[in-house]
Amino acid sequence: MSEEIKFKIDGKEIIAKNGQTIVEAARENGVYIPTLCNFKGVKPKGSCRICSVKVNNRFMTSCTTPASPGMEVYSNTDEISDLRKSIVELLFVSGNHFCPACEKSGNCELQALAYKYRMMVPRFPYSFKKKGVIATGPKLLKEQDRCILCQRCIKTIKDVEGRRYYAFRNRGNKLEVVMDEAMSKTISDELAKQAMDNCPVGSIIYKEIGFAEPIGTRKYDKKPIGSDIETN
Amino acid sequence: MKEKIKTILQKYNNDRGRLMDILIDLMENSGYIDDFSVSVLAEDLKISAAQVRETISFYHFFSEKPKAKFNIYLNNSITSCLRGFSSIKSTFEAESGIKFGEISSDGLIGLFETSCVGMNDQGPAAIINDKIFTNLTPYRARKLIESIKDGKTLDGLVYENYGDGNNSHPLMNSMVYNNIRKKSILLDENYERFDVIKNIIKNSSSEEVIQIIEDSNLRGRGGAGFPTGLKWKFGSRMPGEHKVIICNADEGEPGTFKDRVMLTQYNDLVFEGMVLSAFATKADMGVLYLRYEYKYMLKYLNSILDEMRENNLLGSNISGIEGFNFDIRIQLGAGAYVCGEESALIESMEGKRGEPRDKPPFPVEKGYLDLPTIVNNVETLASAVKIVKNGAKWYSSFGTKDSLGTKLLSVSGDCRFPGIYEVEWGTSIREVLEMAGADNVQAVQVGGPSGTLINVKDIDHLSKTELMKWYKPSGMMAAQKSFDRKLSYSDLPTGGSIIIFNKERDILSDVVMNFMDFFIEESCGSCSTCRNLPRIMKEKLQKIINGHGVRDDIDDLLNWGKIIKVSRCGLGQTAANPVLSSILNFRHLYEEHVMAMTDYDNQFDLGKSVSAANSFVGRKLIHKHS
Repeated sequence: MSEEIKFKIDGKEIIAKNGQTIVEAARENGVYIPTLCNFKGVKPKGSCRICSVKVNNRFMTSCTTPASPGMEVYSNTDEISDLRKSIVELLFVSGNHFCPACEKSGNCELQALAYKYRMMVPRFPYSFKKKGVIATGPKLLKEQDRCILCQRCIKTIKDVEGRRYYAFRNRGNKLEVVMDEAMSKTISDELAKQAMDNCPVGSIIYKEIGFAEPIGTRKYDKKPIGSDIETN
Repeated sequence: MKEKIKTILQKYNNDRGRLMDILIDLMENSGYIDDFSVSVLAEDLKISAAQVRETISFYHFFSEKPKAKFNIYLNNSITSCLRGFSSIKSTFEAESGIKFGEISSDGLIGLFETSCVGMNDQGPAAIINDKIFTNLTPYRARKLIESIKDGKTLDGLVYENYGDGNNSHPLMNSMVYNNIRKKSILLDENYERFDVIKNIIKNSSSEEVIQIIEDSNLRGRGGAGFPTGLKWKFGSRMPGEHKVIICNADEGEPGTFKDRVMLTQYNDLVFEGMVLSAFATKADMGVLYLRYEYKYMLKYLNSILDEMRENNLLGSNISGIEGFNFDIRIQLGAGAYVCGEESALIESMEGKRGEPRDKPPFPVEKGYLDLPTIVNNVETLASAVKIVKNGAKWYSSFGTKDSLGTKLLSVSGDCRFPGIYEVEWGTSIREVLEMAGADNVQAVQVGGPSGTLINVKDIDHLSKTELMKWYKPSGMMAAQKSFDRKLSYSDLPTGGSIIIFNKERDILSDVVMNFMDFFIEESCGSCSTCRNLPRIMKEKLQKIINGHGVRDDIDDLLNWGKIIKVSRCGLGQTAANPVLSSILNFRHLYEEHVMAMTDYDNQFDLGKSVSAANSFVGRKLIHKHS
């Protein structure tokens, strides 16, 4: 598995370990490919589609596609940048993402990507159905209109026996992520905080503490998303 | 109650991978899955209740609320709509006194809509408690409700004779007709049951079988067109003690019903094909994934499997071949079009939401329970039997140079003889229309909603070879290349759906809107693109139909249609095809609707906005919207 392979992203040579996905290899080589649903340590699912790249003139999600020797990957082209911008816009219009009132502003990856791709007015009409807030549990609330259905909480927040705290409900454009009601009552403080941190947007919110760190001094307020990865 | 749930759980060894079967049994037992059952399942399967509900809420035919004694699922697919869906729907509502989506207060009748049920040749059809009621009319709808209220049993509701062939077999007792209109080498009777298992594979090696299939150039008949021989070869070379053969009988592409006919009348050929592919790939587990809508065949199909077991055509040392062990079980779906995509189908078989997987790995490497899994379409497997029986050379005398053999077409819509036509590859659409007795034709939808809407005016220009492209339904954009690709894409089974529209039909508001509703309803919701764009595009189309569109709106639709191509599976990638294809071939219809010479969005209608005030003061409309 430690065998090294070489391939190219936008002409730049990338050295990767055999079996690594394009996204992982890119990251280690100082190339930033945006991701939302992808999360370190869990099996990628390729559901947000924002990491789409072109290989052999076909779109692939770089979080799920293993790098292979000699592969020529295109990521930072005009076409793909506009595609990524359109996906950010799509996520914005299909939810109620009102940044100034959101606890996650400045720490939100969707917001940071919107800045990165210079989103102004989305090309799509706003058209979300209000889904509301579920706040029955003692520690966490779930703001359904901010959820981008990335599955990070579904995949990472589990009890010791592997039971999932979060699960999907329904399908298609009625799809939601909900928390198991019984389990929400007994979630540990640590896991609850982790759930909030793992959420890329402001959908999972830890109750009772708010704005401990003022807006303006948060992660992406200081440095744009991806700048910690990009070397040049 | 708890005892019953426990018994069901024990039947499936408390295996959460069999959650689909457990839920289906529970539905059968109590009509719905209540909170208590969910909590018992969660506890015994060691998953959270939310996880149990995740699977339940994905499938159309599962319910967490009580169902009625008689649940009427009326099919809302396009051909159903062309033949009076709305008047039947309103009759059901008027007679029962409830709306669709509701259950009568006495719990007797429930009314629901459902996507294509594979009865386009005899629609509008409804499923009432797993039984199919075909050729509905408002009269029949009224009589059905009357009979139910009179206390008749399900069998007592039957208003027609049982159908032809095996449809009237006592284990099936179905009103469905086969409607086979044209037979060729696959459907002809020149076949001795199980001859290939009994006599041919005994004297062949698996390599020889694969070679014959490769030589015949057989390609997946579900629509994706992947070379079957190659798939089997990959399968046979995969290491592993256990391998799985799946027969994909989840045909859900609106307008196809060929698998229905194959499973009714040629099921022995299909099962023989599964045994044959197991022999070729050295597989030991077989699963037929049957769409829930075809549950009425379940008992009958199981009886065929029993017969095969009795005759040593399934089980151990099949047909006396030492070490050839293989058996088949039938897995029911529960109402989800996306499960026709092979990796979604596998997820569903494992008791999960039918969400397509990322590829690689492909099912042949890592499929059901991570075992090497070979998924073939019903028609493909049956064809393979005929090929092994008669030889690749024989097969290659049919069809065209690059597409050998025959294809089953499911023809429906505005024609005199809807039904199944087995035609050689290379047959033109014009010939199909002639066979089906269709005239005054405006458009033909080839390959279902995910395929292409052909303007009949263009048909004369389509040469035979060009026509072949239309049959590769992986999306019209990729159509030409699709047969050159190798293990690099997967798709939904769409092969052979032909829906005909005459000149009276409104292409945009009848056809395209119906198809967009279908994709909105059937998306699994995983990809950001497929979850949101079809709805947004439909709203834009509605705006155009309402006369508020501008020329830029057409361009927007074309551009947005490109974005959706980055979705994970074939359903998502083709979900904009109804719009794209109709803009491509019926652009004039869009242009007729948009406001002439207007480039900007002029949605504000002054007259309408002040109409309330005008009527209040009794003033006539002075500004007319141009």
